[in-house]
Amino acid sequence: MDMALPVVNATAAVFARVSAAFNAPLARAVVFGVHIDGHLVVEGLLIAVIVFQLSRKSYKPPKKPLTEKEIDELCDEWEPEPLCPPIKEGARIDTPMLESAAGPHTIVDGKEVVNFASANYLGLIGNEKIIDSCIGSLEKYGVGSCGPRGFYGTIDVHLDCESKIANFLGTPDSILYSYGISTIFSVIPAFCKKGDIIVADEGVHWAVQNGLHLSRSTVVYFKHNDMASLASTLEKLTRGNKRAEKIRRYIVVESIYQNSGQIAPLDEIVRLKEKYRFRVILEESHSFGVLGKSGRGLAEHYGVPIEKIDIITAGMGNALATDGGFCSGSVRVVDHQRLSSSGYVFSASLPPYLASAAVSAVNYLEENPSVLANLRSNIALLHKKLSDTPGLEISSHVLSPIVFLKLNKSTGSPTTDLDLLETIADKVLKEDSVFIVTSKKSNLDRCKLPLGIRLFVSAGHTESDISRLSSSLKRVSASVLSDY
Amino acid sequence: MVRLPYVTALTTLFSYGLLFAFGQLRDFFRRILDARKPSNLKGYAPICLGLEDFYTRRLYLRIQDCFGRPITSAPDAWFDVVERYSNDCNKTLHRTTATTKCLNLGSYNYLGFAAADEYCTPRVIESLKKYSASTCSVRADGGNTKLHTELELLVATFVGKPAAILFGMGYVTNSAIIPALVGKGGLIISDSLNHNSIVNGARGSGATVRVFQHNNPAHLEEVLREQIAGGQPRTHRPWKKIIVIVEGIYSMEGELCKLPEVISVCKKYKAYTYLDEAHSIGAIGKTGRGVCELLGVDPADVDIMMGTFTKSFGSCGGYIAASNEIIHHLKLTCPAHIYATSMSPPAVQQVISAIKVILGEDGTNRGAKKLAQIRENSNFFRLELQKMGFEVLGDNDSPVMPIMLYNPAKIPAFSRECLRQNVAVVTVAFPATPLLLARARICISASHSREDLIKGLEVISKVGDLVGIKYFPVEQEKTTAVEKLKKIQ
Repeated sequence: MDMALPVVNATAAVFARVSAAFNAPLARAVVFGVHIDGHLVVEGLLIAVIVFQLSRKSYKPPKKPLTEKEIDELCDEWEPEPLCPPIKEGARIDTPMLESAAGPHTIVDGKEVVNFASANYLGLIGNEKIIDSCIGSLEKYGVGSCGPRGFYGTIDVHLDCESKIANFLGTPDSILYSYGISTIFSVIPAFCKKGDIIVADEGVHWAVQNGLHLSRSTVVYFKHNDMASLASTLEKLTRGNKRAEKIRRYIVVESIYQNSGQIAPLDEIVRLKEKYRFRVILEESHSFGVLGKSGRGLAEHYGVPIEKIDIITAGMGNALATDGGFCSGSVRVVDHQRLSSSGYVFSASLPPYLASAAVSAVNYLEENPSVLANLRSNIALLHKKLSDTPGLEISSHVLSPIVFLKLNKSTGSPTTDLDLLETIADKVLKEDSVFIVTSKKSNLDRCKLPLGIRLFVSAGHTESDISRLSSSLKRVSASVLSDY
Repeated sequence: MVRLPYVTALTTLFSYGLLFAFGQLRDFFRRILDARKPSNLKGYAPICLGLEDFYTRRLYLRIQDCFGRPITSAPDAWFDVVERYSNDCNKTLHRTTATTKCLNLGSYNYLGFAAADEYCTPRVIESLKKYSASTCSVRADGGNTKLHTELELLVATFVGKPAAILFGMGYVTNSAIIPALVGKGGLIISDSLNHNSIVNGARGSGATVRVFQHNNPAHLEEVLREQIAGGQPRTHRPWKKIIVIVEGIYSMEGELCKLPEVISVCKKYKAYTYLDEAHSIGAIGKTGRGVCELLGVDPADVDIMMGTFTKSFGSCGGYIAASNEIIHHLKLTCPAHIYATSMSPPAVQQVISAIKVILGEDGTNRGAKKLAQIRENSNFFRLELQKMGFEVLGDNDSPVMPIMLYNPAKIPAFSRECLRQNVAVVTVAFPATPLLLARARICISASHSREDLIKGLEVISKVGDLVGIKYFPVEQEKTTAVEKLKKIQ
């Protein structure tokens, strides 16, 4: 108590003196009409301290880049995977070697077989007129065209072929590509860019998938050949989407699916496309020259006017018995591709003899529409004869020239399924001299449809060929699949 | 290396700016005029919005007649170019039946196999009659003929690798092989001036892509060190594998790749090498075996060698040559082998016959003569052009020689003037080259004779004076071969 009192007195005295010092000069100061008090100075000091703290940089631990020695060590330690995986036992790469033209009858490994492995739908392989026109072209132009279309690689037969195909289909213009599969994977990125919407069937083949991937657009898949799924997908994508006016929207379908033999219902697709304002890209590789009264493709088959389909692409390596591809549509569509389609601009043009073969093939089709009736009766006959094959069932459309046979009940794993089918195909070739093939899949292909045996029917097959095939298949599948 | 004079750079930029301004003005008026017409799109978005096709509509269409000229004969040393006319300022061009015979300095015909050849063509016609124009089937199904197997063996021995695989188109070879070799988690390092097919293949594979400066092994080493030390983006896991992609001859520069240095860098850092010999196979090297032979590199050091048959062999298609395991793997997984129609049999026969001629197995020495001729022709032409004062790119022995034009107005001027004097040249502008570096590209062939080359040089010199592209004139003491010849005459 007695020590506290003088301390209290001393502090009180100090306080009084400090407040006097503070208040004295400013006691009666009035700056700009504001009465200055001591507490304002304290507040000012506090604000200064806050501002000072805020202006300082926050503490970050310093970044140390790797030294040269550390990078050397990392590079020495790193071990890459081998460039290709080791060869698996039992993986076969040998394919039968043909020693003559791939027509309905051909020579494989030295003996004559009936050929159901070539997509020679109109039987044009070995046609005299086509071979004569090719010989004329070879003598005049040589084999290759030695340049891309923009740099003296445009030969007059290319321009003739383009106008012939446009006339045949009834479209304003068409453009030729130098290889079948490069057509679709160059057309899709030329029109679809980042931000566009594409609705595609999940069963499209690898070239279409590659084109969709390269286009960097948003891709939505719908169930294979299921129009209800397509309608609901389109509804979901366009409902409430106000920006849909500015975005380009496409539906990508194939006319005859290579992976299953189904035919796309074009009239339904066109109705949906007009309702939701989408454009249609139709891949017609296997239906050009096959479907329709005069072979003009899926649009003629369904009676849809050709102007409603925005872009038609097709490879010519099937019905037309030549190579290359084309894309057909309005003048705007075709002209746009001449500068922005990479497979057209950056690649050498189609060899001229293949273009003249295409022209002769289309001429032949126009003059002999009866060949289509032959093809159709062959397909119908094959369906009838194979309808009771033990263990296998036909899963393709009745009009499709690709007849797809798959196992009645799968063994559970795709590899064993494939082994069984390949055993069947081998036995049919070795024992009965009928050449058939299974569908093959690359591991880059994301299509999940089941594999099977694919039979390519041609207008050049005779009834006896088809009977031979069906009896052989029935016999072999009965023996191979009897255990399953 | 391009030496761009400052004045030229300024005038080129000014020209492009002027063209751009005029283009925008025309677009503006077009928008006003079209605003009154009803749109016939009915709710669909237009195929090209706004500035996407500005370059096509306003710049390219003005000079459309310099590109895509149709011909009516084989693309040999002399060919017939079809004359075209236009009624609406080059927007649409119409063919006539008139043709002019011109000297061909534009087609890829390095060894002269483009036209009908006395050894190759009879055999091609025979194979056409035997196998017909197409097999209508994929190689993995029923498209494999005796010719294909024979050619694969022949290509493998020619190039110096154990095995090879064929494809029907060179572009598809690159686009479909690269995804089969490397996928997500891998790294592709490609030269900055690589061809569009390699870029597409790299994008389609899903791997990360990095670019190194054109033909600069030091920068390649830097990129490799950085990438291996850093690992995959975001996760920093180590890369699964690294592939370095280079080309033998770069088609827009005419330069050879610095292959020995690139190979030593890749070996040091355990990266795989992929060599695209589209333009160099068959055209360079003492026996035509490409850039490996010319630069003394052992083919076993390059992991994958790719090439095409379009340029030197006068056919179509491409090949990949590598070890047996890689080819086995490709035959099982490559989509172009499993899904694409196999190469047309007459085209296969053409390549077989062409390789036999080159190797001398047809009983004559035409092959050796052709190889010597193209080397002589290229070196002579390049030297003369440089003496005249043009800026010519490319290395010695390379049959591709770009002549720099730079200014956009000189592109159609050069092309049309040369055509008027019966010389057909190829001019290249954006987007195949950088915007300021437009050029005319000459491709020499073994079927050009000395007189053809001298005529070509005369015309190019005259047109060059007219158009003003002799950027580096030489002193008067050096007389050119043309003037010497004139003096003798």
